[in-house]
Amino acid sequence: MRMFVIALLATVAVAPAVAQSQLQQIKLKSGPGVEAVERNCGTCHSLAYIPMNSPFLNQAGWNGEVTKMIKAMGAPISDDDAKAIVSYLTKNYGS
Amino acid sequence: MGSLIPAAVSRRALLRQAGASAVLAGSGLSLTSPSWAQSAAAELTPGVPSGIASYATMATLPGKKPLIRLSDRGPNYEAPLEYFRTPITPNDEFFVRYHLSYIPEVDAKTYKIEVGGQGANGHAEITFDALKKMPAYEIVAVNQCSGNRRGLSQPHVAGVEWGYGAMGCARWKGARLKDVLAMVGLKSDAIEIAFNGADGPVIDKTPDFIKSLPVWKAVDESTLIAYEMNGAPLPHFNGFPARLIVPGWTGTYWMKHLISVTALTKPQGGFWMNPAYRIPIGKFPVVARFVSQENATSTPITEMVVNSLITSHRDGAKVKAGKVTVSGLAWDGGYGIRAVEVSTDDGKSWTDAKLEQDLGRYAFRPWSFDLNAKRGKIAVMANAINNIGQTQTATLIFNPAGYHNNVMQRLTLNVS
Repeated sequence: MRMFVIALLATVAVAPAVAQSQLQQIKLKSGPGVEAVERNCGTCHSLAYIPMNSPFLNQAGWNGEVTKMIKAMGAPISDDDAKAIVSYLTKNYGS
Repeated sequence: MGSLIPAAVSRRALLRQAGASAVLAGSGLSLTSPSWAQSAAAELTPGVPSGIASYATMATLPGKKPLIRLSDRGPNYEAPLEYFRTPITPNDEFFVRYHLSYIPEVDAKTYKIEVGGQGANGHAEITFDALKKMPAYEIVAVNQCSGNRRGLSQPHVAGVEWGYGAMGCARWKGARLKDVLAMVGLKSDAIEIAFNGADGPVIDKTPDFIKSLPVWKAVDESTLIAYEMNGAPLPHFNGFPARLIVPGWTGTYWMKHLISVTALTKPQGGFWMNPAYRIPIGKFPVVARFVSQENATSTPITEMVVNSLITSHRDGAKVKAGKVTVSGLAWDGGYGIRAVEVSTDDGKSWTDAKLEQDLGRYAFRPWSFDLNAKRGKIAVMANAINNIGQTQTATLIFNPAGYHNNVMQRLTLNVS
């Protein structure tokens, strides 16, 4: 329940402050796995971090970032989604 | 409870999208002018990852001038070079940096700071009014993100890919942290003071952003809880109603929206103390140490390394032959700038620049240098030297998080 409350608060609290400016619209490259990226990564942070950190990470680098989000940041990402995300990022935003 | 997570997320995403649609439908693109939007790529620091130019635009947060928007959740907005032509950075030009995306609007009327902890003799709650009634001090100090210039690391490293602009310098006014700590009293075995802000993560499992300082730095007379920035209340996105000011040390310690001050008898744990914000032991010439957090291989980042930025010209700028004034800023971890020297022969010889207005040892120190430009190309380099003899480096001291990049700039002027 607390999660739900926090989620609502986040939306309500942040929206007015940002409403006056244009929200960032990030259009990721289309390809297998993009839906898993948007659904998981976009929950907590802007998808801008992906093109921002490109194109210099290889597969090990992107895997390290996804692993950090799961292990250190507590992102609830399934194993299947994690694989799809790393594959998508390596192919579309990797070195 | 686990089943609530996707529900909460989808509900939240739904609301977010609904909000976004409403905003776009209502105000359209009018608040971000097309010229600014198009010019974001031109504002990026040369050398940052090329992917940034594919999406980054200039964008205007409430109360701010256009900044380079690297991301909006968390909000990471960098100042363009034009905003660094004065030693004081105006509040509406000051960069914005958050790790986490939950950022409440804090009401100063109900705001309070909890002060206590195992290492304190007592407990106190300080309201905004009470904070402002304490003896007030002012200091001009640079607030620079630890990762400023991370985007210039070679090889690139992951993170927020800042160019030159994740920094600013303001005149801060507030109460001394040591006076606040004296209200509760520190025990003799207190070793660190920990800080939390009102902002936090989107989901419970993400570690809240909590930082600590060694007691010696916390009780330094320059360490303040500030409620004014350049004579005005803090902007929301710079920590309203009050934030920590830790002159000389990197921005990670400058907790925004400060709500708790906790004296500890054991080192603060958590992701944001370790492994985050660490530098390899022995690689950088820093004096200030955070001994209770050190281990065999790494230590927390502490004071800023001596650095400078040429702000009058960009690399490749066109100038007319004759007298050209190159100017910029220099700063360090609080020892003060002794000199800035400029070379126009790729570092073979150096000449002192003129140091301008001195706003204190923690402030940006402006400098200028007149050169006689002949037709062709001139390579200009700048190197700052502080009062303990530290200089910038000729080559990058690589570290995995991309901190402490104080490589001397080299830019080319095209003279016609």
